[in-house]
Amino acid sequence: MERNLMIAGFGGQGVMTMGKLLSEATCDATDLNVSFFPSYGAAMRGGTANCFVVISDEEIGAPVSYTLDDLVVMNGPSLHKFISNLKSGGNLFINSTIVDAKEVARDDVKVIEAPVTQMALDINNPRALNVIMLGVYVGATDAVPAEVIIKGIEHKFEKKPHLIEPNVEAFKQGLEIGKAQK
Amino acid sequence: MSEMKKVYERTKGIKPGAVSGFCPGCMHSTVHKLIGEAAENVGALDKLVRVEGVGCCGLGQLYVSGDWLIAAHGRAGAVATGVKRSSPDSLVYTYQGDGDLAAIGLAETLSAANRGENITVIFVNNGIYGMTGGQMAPTTLLGMKATTAPKGRVAEEHGYPMHVCEIINQLTAPKMIVRTTVDTPQNVMKTRKYIEKAFKMQLEGKGYALIEIVTTCPTNWGLGTLESIDFMREHMLKEFPVGEFRMPE
Amino acid sequence: MAERVFMKGCEAIAEAATRAGCRFFAGYPITPQNEIPEYFARRMPEVGGTFVQGESEVASVNMLYGAALTGIRAMSSSSSCGISLYSEGVSYMAAARVPAVYVNVQRGGPGIGAIQPAQQDYNQATKASGNGGFKMIVLAPATVQECVDMVYEAFDLAARDENPVLVLTDGVMGTMMEPVVLPPMKSDEEVAALREAFAHRAVIGHKPLDQHTGEPGGIGDGWEKHNIETAEMYKTWDKDVRVEEFMMDDAEIVLAAYGISARISKVIVKQLRKEGIKAGMIRPITVSPFPYDTFANLDPSKVKGILDVEMSIPAQMRFDIDHAVCGRIPVMECLRSGGQLLTNDQVLAGARELIKEVL
Repeated sequence: MERNLMIAGFGGQGVMTMGKLLSEATCDATDLNVSFFPSYGAAMRGGTANCFVVISDEEIGAPVSYTLDDLVVMNGPSLHKFISNLKSGGNLFINSTIVDAKEVARDDVKVIEAPVTQMALDINNPRALNVIMLGVYVGATDAVPAEVIIKGIEHKFEKKPHLIEPNVEAFKQGLEIGKAQK
Repeated sequence: MSEMKKVYERTKGIKPGAVSGFCPGCMHSTVHKLIGEAAENVGALDKLVRVEGVGCCGLGQLYVSGDWLIAAHGRAGAVATGVKRSSPDSLVYTYQGDGDLAAIGLAETLSAANRGENITVIFVNNGIYGMTGGQMAPTTLLGMKATTAPKGRVAEEHGYPMHVCEIINQLTAPKMIVRTTVDTPQNVMKTRKYIEKAFKMQLEGKGYALIEIVTTCPTNWGLGTLESIDFMREHMLKEFPVGEFRMPE
Repeated sequence: MAERVFMKGCEAIAEAATRAGCRFFAGYPITPQNEIPEYFARRMPEVGGTFVQGESEVASVNMLYGAALTGIRAMSSSSSCGISLYSEGVSYMAAARVPAVYVNVQRGGPGIGAIQPAQQDYNQATKASGNGGFKMIVLAPATVQECVDMVYEAFDLAARDENPVLVLTDGVMGTMMEPVVLPPMKSDEEVAALREAFAHRAVIGHKPLDQHTGEPGGIGDGWEKHNIETAEMYKTWDKDVRVEEFMMDDAEIVLAAYGISARISKVIVKQLRKEGIKAGMIRPITVSPFPYDTFANLDPSKVKGILDVEMSIPAQMRFDIDHAVCGRIPVMECLRSGGQLLTNDQVLAGARELIKEVL
């Protein structure tokens, strides 16, 4: 089974970190094959940012896919740009703080909404929107066990231990939202 | 007769019995001799690595007795960087003409100098491309004829002669920058002293030295040996005056 | 099993080289391979090696040439338009029989092209990486793990033949992250011994007349003699040909691809097999020496068609396939270029077209 995910947004939303956290944790804590492929615009700051994560129990072919199982959009432009790449029956994750679900012009995909920008502000951790969204993703898809990501967060913040707990908390909040919309 | 004392011996830096391939009156052979003698005098002949430029200097490969490698045209500064950084105990010098060092290799020349590589650059400036047959060089004098400037160098079209020592002297890292010549016994001895100093400095890890040696090219200048020395003194040395731009303490 | 780590292709390449004993790196910034020099800039000081940022690709490859001739294990890397500038230095290294390794992380072309991945330097890499008609072993990895393994091995091949070796990868593998198992770190003693093995040729200064020179050729008949000797050495590479034949036993249609295109093709072969179509794949792992025999030995009564899959327009590897197949089996193409990536769907569509045509 192969699972193709694209995460898209603009620079500063932690899109790359979200993809890396998921894929690195999968590498460290499972036997699955996994690839991470970043795609930047030419500009160094701002602009669009997106990445692809493929998780599979077989050899991975292209690390980039335009027939996605899962698509995460963190902003409006990404929704319009990439929605056509999502498979029929695929999962669309939207950051509903700034993306309106009504704008999703497809009825053959499952929409999972989470106001991650607002949630991150509410917990006084505005940069954690990506970790919350990762929780939503894992909660709704079971792409990898939640513990794998928690271990990954602990590993990522090894040198800043005070950040572990708030990020694990943020992740768990997302996880609940994801599970509820499974 | 058995009492005769040997007061002069050919440098071991040149193969015994080897005859240089340089034209009659060319000063390259003098400079080669001085490099060999200087290396002997600092006791490092067996550490010497010659990074050879392209052009007449390439004839030196048949002539010198020590290690050498050929850099592509202009790249001696980069190749020498690779050698010296990987083999810091070697005594590394580049041997380059004006076309090699100041035209095609200017980027490598300036950058090696700017990094302050611990190497010695021997720059032989005769104002013309020798081996390829007398084309215009960055150091060709105004009015001087070249096969690619048949009416002579014209400032409006070709720009002015390039002053390499003066350019390198804008950089902070180089430790020694001199311009010299080998037209008289005094100047020959002086030039050997400069090379010796640069080698000693390199062995002590003190950094980059550029020694520009203004020379003749009787063949491509179309002059006799003595005439070309006269020409060099009257014209070349006026444009490229000898002097110590920067010397180590 | 050794622990797997999640690494970006470029960084994995640099770490593998370090572990293989590489102690000199010179390079110049160009996307998408900047993480290689950046990694070396951090890593070399830790192991007593040297990193130099050259003022250009031209300078960097010539630094590599000088360094490698001292016997140190040395490497450089660049990408497509930068690799064009390597031609001069690579030719000098082939002339001087220098054991050096360099990596091309291919991007779109021609000219400045695109910073996105491509496979458009195949002919340059395998046929003419500089003037003079020399040859090199060119390794084409298809995963980050293979990037690691091949860079590690490239140093041994370079040392064995005293000849430059090219690792031909692309911007996908350079920028993507995958799990890798890293090879063992060579000890300081091993690194010193590897250097010592080149002592007979090292240009580092010797007693007069005991001279070591970079050039095995030279004035007179030296160069032809050198070329004849080198041509003999190239002939020994028959044993070095490496190729992956995947599901080829009963294959009726064959996808032919190297590097990134091959890993995509393999997935498509599996998918076609599930549909009952007898598909197979031939993947040249050494694109030089090329596995001509593998293609020449295909039985036209069994294999009905070949799909050449490359990220290059026009196709390049196809001409090596044609050379071996000699028109006995139809060859079709599935291509992208200029920084546009092949996807599973496109390769599948290409394969279906071939099937429609020949089955």
